[in-house]
Amino acid sequence: MLHFRLSKPILLATLALTYSITCYATPSKADYKSFQPSPDQPYYFEDGKVDFGTYNGFRRYHADCHVCHGPAGLGSSYAPALIESLKVMSWGDFVNVVISGREGRDNMIMPSFAKNVDIVTNLSDIYAYLKARADGVIGANRPAKFPKVKKLIADK
Amino acid sequence: MVTAKRKVLAICFTASAMLAAAGGVTANSELLKMQKNADDWVMPNGNYASTRYSELNQITANNVKDLQVAWTFSTGVLRGHEGGPLVMGDVMYIHTPFPNKVFALDLNEDGRIIWKYEPRQDTSVIPVMCCDTVNRGLAYGDGKIILSQADTTLVALDAKTGKKIWSVKNGDPSKGETSTAAPMVVKDKVYIGISGGEFGVRGSLTAYSLKDGKLVWRGYSMGPDSDTLIDPNKTTHLGKPVGKDSGINTWQGDQWKIGGGATWGWYSYDPDENLVYYGSGNPSTWNPVQRPGDNRWSMTIFARDADSGMTRWLYQMTPHDEWDYDGINEMILVDKKIKGKMRKALVHFDRNGFGYTMDRITGELLVAEKFDPAVNWATHVDMKTGRPQVVAKYSTHQNGEDVNSTGICPAALGTKDQQPASYSPRTGLFYVPTNHVCMDYEPFEVSYTAGQPYVGATLSMYPAPGGTNLGNFIAWDADKGKIVWSNEEPFSVWSGALSTAGDVVFYGTLEGYLKAVDAKSGKELYRFKTPSGIIGNVNTYMHNGKQYIAVLSGLGGWAGIGMAAGLTDPTAGLGAVGAYASLSDYTQLGGTLTVFSLPD
Repeated sequence: MLHFRLSKPILLATLALTYSITCYATPSKADYKSFQPSPDQPYYFEDGKVDFGTYNGFRRYHADCHVCHGPAGLGSSYAPALIESLKVMSWGDFVNVVISGREGRDNMIMPSFAKNVDIVTNLSDIYAYLKARADGVIGANRPAKFPKVKKLIADK
Repeated sequence: MVTAKRKVLAICFTASAMLAAAGGVTANSELLKMQKNADDWVMPNGNYASTRYSELNQITANNVKDLQVAWTFSTGVLRGHEGGPLVMGDVMYIHTPFPNKVFALDLNEDGRIIWKYEPRQDTSVIPVMCCDTVNRGLAYGDGKIILSQADTTLVALDAKTGKKIWSVKNGDPSKGETSTAAPMVVKDKVYIGISGGEFGVRGSLTAYSLKDGKLVWRGYSMGPDSDTLIDPNKTTHLGKPVGKDSGINTWQGDQWKIGGGATWGWYSYDPDENLVYYGSGNPSTWNPVQRPGDNRWSMTIFARDADSGMTRWLYQMTPHDEWDYDGINEMILVDKKIKGKMRKALVHFDRNGFGYTMDRITGELLVAEKFDPAVNWATHVDMKTGRPQVVAKYSTHQNGEDVNSTGICPAALGTKDQQPASYSPRTGLFYVPTNHVCMDYEPFEVSYTAGQPYVGATLSMYPAPGGTNLGNFIAWDADKGKIVWSNEEPFSVWSGALSTAGDVVFYGTLEGYLKAVDAKSGKELYRFKTPSGIIGNVNTYMHNGKQYIAVLSGLGGWAGIGMAAGLTDPTAGLGAVGAYASLSDYTQLGGTLTVFSLPD
């Protein structure tokens, strides 16, 4: 678990590391059970279904993000469409903006979500969902999902 | 800590308010008279009864087809423009969404600017406003224009010069407390609520002194009796005293402290009873499993004494909300025969899809019927207990966390949101802008952090089964509880209605049309496409012997979230645009006032 009294830079570094740690997991045949998300491949998709993490990203996105960024990342009259943004945004940029916030054009404000446990602990899932949307892999609807896989910790 | 401090304050101020009342506050009857002058439009919903009806009859069902644009005015702000203009004599007052500019416009010179006020507000308030940075308008009283800014600053401006007379902070945006509502002035007080149900705030209605902005009383939606200004023995719920600490004892532990029940809607006033009426919003979070109990007094109609704030009666429409059916919509006060007996009635079209008719003196429930046949989450309202009979398969609590409950009607937008309805005494009918949208709803566990969203559910929304229209504009009989006529609209009707003695009813649409329909039949008589989608409320006034119709355009609000991007169709992929054609094909952002009149 993340420690929430971490300063913002450390928190960012920790989040950025999340993937690099998981990347060391034993590579195995592509299968939702063995799937380990990485910045390059944050989601798993097969037979119209996504891994549970990506599905969780869908849920979390629609709890906290969609009120501004619109359903399914389609944008709104006052926040950009993330299915477009994520085409050019790296995992690092994404983490940076969500944690630090930023001021955009036309008085658009992205607040910092560094203190939001619901966002921070689900950040890689939200990224996976939006990346799958940006890649055109899943539609605007609730994605079908594979069952939850209990991840083994540090099996290296 | 903050809560405790507020509590003490609330008690002190209540006590002082009572003393002041005993000392004899002279009633300022100026507005009582002004609201009856049909030439002006002195409060957001036309009058204290919130009927949005005007006696003006120059524009009629026969000649409205000749209506044309008299002049326009750009506010310079591209966000959702809710609410509408006030008009007094030769001056019109309009407001904008964040940064909440106020303009006084000269009606003798096609809206030339007399003065402009633009507050300095920290932009950090923008992201804590749940659904766009809307503002629903201004209030007038005693030579002052009152504005409630997004950052909860309540400010009084000199109506003649725009100079600030006083300002007071009503809440703390860093805790998610914001403001979107239009204040109301009664006698020597200004009333204002608070927004932030999606951030775990604790809703309240506060009365400030019109003279200097001093806090007079604050009544919370939940908490101990000293906070809620509820008398355990005298305050009633459907005729029965509510008992001690009713604002706490249907919550688990301290959850009431972040219990929601925001008060961001409209306020009405009955001068004979001296009661202020309004509704409270959803309990926080949207995950019902995390907050067992009825969650009183969220989702509740309040009747409070205008002087002391004490609650005479309450009625909780949606105990233990599981769908985000805020109870904040306008309370329309009409004297009308209901079930064969003359009543001082209160009519309210709730987000939950039921149209309620109540006795506004006693709080007795007279009628509760669905005003959209699509409503399915409850079979009916038990008239004895006042409780909606929830259908198990649409209960997001019974289905539980991490389960997606599907096909619930209405969606969280409600069968009707804040866009106020109108009542014409000539037809005896209510004209109601509605949504015709259903949803899937999956609640899950969330944690509370001050100033962060506290939602805990994911929703998908789509048109109600059997059609593709996302809205209806209906005429409603509040005695029978029946729809008299219904016009389909391709998108939700997010604009406040106006009815007139010319037997015309006006409303705006999300594509940007101002429409006029026949009050008796609903037949469309006129339409004009304004520069942007209309989520503002239509008003009318008379100037130099001529009747005008005015409305703000500017797409946004909650409608601007889902609708602008195109709703999700549950049965097909994103490609299934077709019938759900995106609103962005019709209109774009804007911020324009359009004023109409008949040709000379």
